[in-house]
Amino acid sequence: MEKIVLPEINNLHLIDVYIENGGYTAAKKALVQKKDDIIDQVKKSGLRGRGGAAFLTGLKWSFMPKSDDKPKYLCVNGDESEPGSFKDRQIFEFNPHQLIEGTLITCYAIGARTAYIYIRGEYHKWINLMQKALDDAYEKGFVGAKMKEKFSTDFSCEIYIHKGAGAYICGEESSLMNSIEGKRGYPRVKPPFPAQNGLWGNPTTINNVETIANIPAIINKGWEWYSRIGEPKHPGTILFGVSGHVNKPGVYELPSGTLLTDIIYNYAGGIPGNKKILCVIPGGSSMPPLRGDQLEGVKMDAESLKAAGSSIGTGGIMVMDEDTDLLRVLARISKFYFHESCGQCTPCREGTGWMYKILQRLISGQGSTADLDLLISVANNIEGNTVCALGEAAAWPVKFTVERFRDYFETRVNSQTSLPTANKVHSMRNTAFPLSDIIR
Amino acid sequence: MKFEFTAVNLEKIERILPKYPDKKAAVMPVLYIAQEQNGWISGEAVVAVAALLEMRPEEVLGVVTFYTMYHKKPAGKYHIQVCTNVSCMLRGGYDIFNQVRAKLGLENGEVTDDGRFSLEEVECMGSCGTAPMIAVNEDYYENLTEEQVDKILESLQRS
Repeated sequence: MEKIVLPEINNLHLIDVYIENGGYTAAKKALVQKKDDIIDQVKKSGLRGRGGAAFLTGLKWSFMPKSDDKPKYLCVNGDESEPGSFKDRQIFEFNPHQLIEGTLITCYAIGARTAYIYIRGEYHKWINLMQKALDDAYEKGFVGAKMKEKFSTDFSCEIYIHKGAGAYICGEESSLMNSIEGKRGYPRVKPPFPAQNGLWGNPTTINNVETIANIPAIINKGWEWYSRIGEPKHPGTILFGVSGHVNKPGVYELPSGTLLTDIIYNYAGGIPGNKKILCVIPGGSSMPPLRGDQLEGVKMDAESLKAAGSSIGTGGIMVMDEDTDLLRVLARISKFYFHESCGQCTPCREGTGWMYKILQRLISGQGSTADLDLLISVANNIEGNTVCALGEAAAWPVKFTVERFRDYFETRVNSQTSLPTANKVHSMRNTAFPLSDIIR
Repeated sequence: MKFEFTAVNLEKIERILPKYPDKKAAVMPVLYIAQEQNGWISGEAVVAVAALLEMRPEEVLGVVTFYTMYHKKPAGKYHIQVCTNVSCMLRGGYDIFNQVRAKLGLENGEVTDDGRFSLEEVECMGSCGTAPMIAVNEDYYENLTEEQVDKILESLQRS
């Protein structure tokens, strides 16, 4: 199987090696074409965003206004903070020039003269690797003012790296833009959408690193070729990051639509000790989990996972064996979203804390099965009531884990405690819950 | 304690400013430079950054407090970060966290009296496929065993 984003070529991160292997020829090809033709090819390729929402990339680009009265921007999202996601760092490390080339082509297609590659602050090593690649590309004239000569064109653009500083929410596109503008990373209310009103009020497109890294191949080999890889409605290869209880965790580039069980058992080497699987989160920690008995036949692409009751997300597959304490895992996930909620919207700011507290109470043996319903109720009241999708990201794992593992949680809770409701109310006296929510 | 950017750092800042159409946008990289120079972001550093970028100190402080990677108090010379998020947790992240706690005699967020070590339980660092992990200042150590963690800490203690 051919690999598009992470081909197995030694030292591909070096600019000379990249050029020897056909690097920067896609940009050369693209920069003499009409902008709309590029957008059209990407549309027809069927490429969908790899950052979580799986939105059609070409369609997103087509939202950018055609007029040139305002500067336009591209943001390449390498914030990569979703637990279970560790794919973009592979691109920074092993194929940075393909990302740069994809960025050039994208800038040209949408009419942007400046691109910011936003990389999470913890990735010092990968920021340095990416900066080195960028410096080399500048020096050789592939980026910046020298581009005009190199590609014999009128077009040139600048690419800068913006280093994040440890905020999960900055992976959300509008929050990312606020962060680049030097503000607290609060998500913005949409509409207006970034294509109309983005960075500094100008038209802006935000794409994931992996999405952009696919662009040169689409230009060079054609949209027909690309659209035939994997599942037709979500074509191409996807970088699947497998973590947790598997023998060979890591990133595997495979065609979309590869069977989840194939990824876990064949590529990631199965479960240590041949244990059974209790739970798999297929797309990073904010996506609905699947029970071990729901995995058979599930294909890894947006449509198939939707049908299976989850979502492709960032392709981060987290595997938990039968001995996992799912209650503690869920509490840990909740703690994360509580910590990362930006605090702007009340349902998320308060609700994430409530869910974490309830889960802590269940762990301590002070909870009851009524708490399971309370968790779902809190989750339902966060979902859909917030400015950005962190609300859903926090609510879904709680809601779907409790629903899908109801028997597991009931057994777990009942074996620990048989506290009467009175005690429960007592235990909640120092919390922020209105008592009317508990005593029905 | 007074804070003033060194000449070298002022030069670095000069090179950052043209990346953005607006001075204010440079606040995050400039804060990183301040932190590198000072070890943490003091009130004086906030004021200096604000003056340099023509911002109000409150605005700069707002940025500092939003992002976890800006130290609001002095961190240790070796800032040990242990990820305990799910993928690390499933592969012993909490064991490592407790091991580091015990070995350094620190609770989360504390600094040793000699100022050499600080400990922070961190959220997902993107090392899910190479879990468990710790980071010492900017460097990742991945695929760790208990013995390796001991070795890392001991070599830092000796240095």
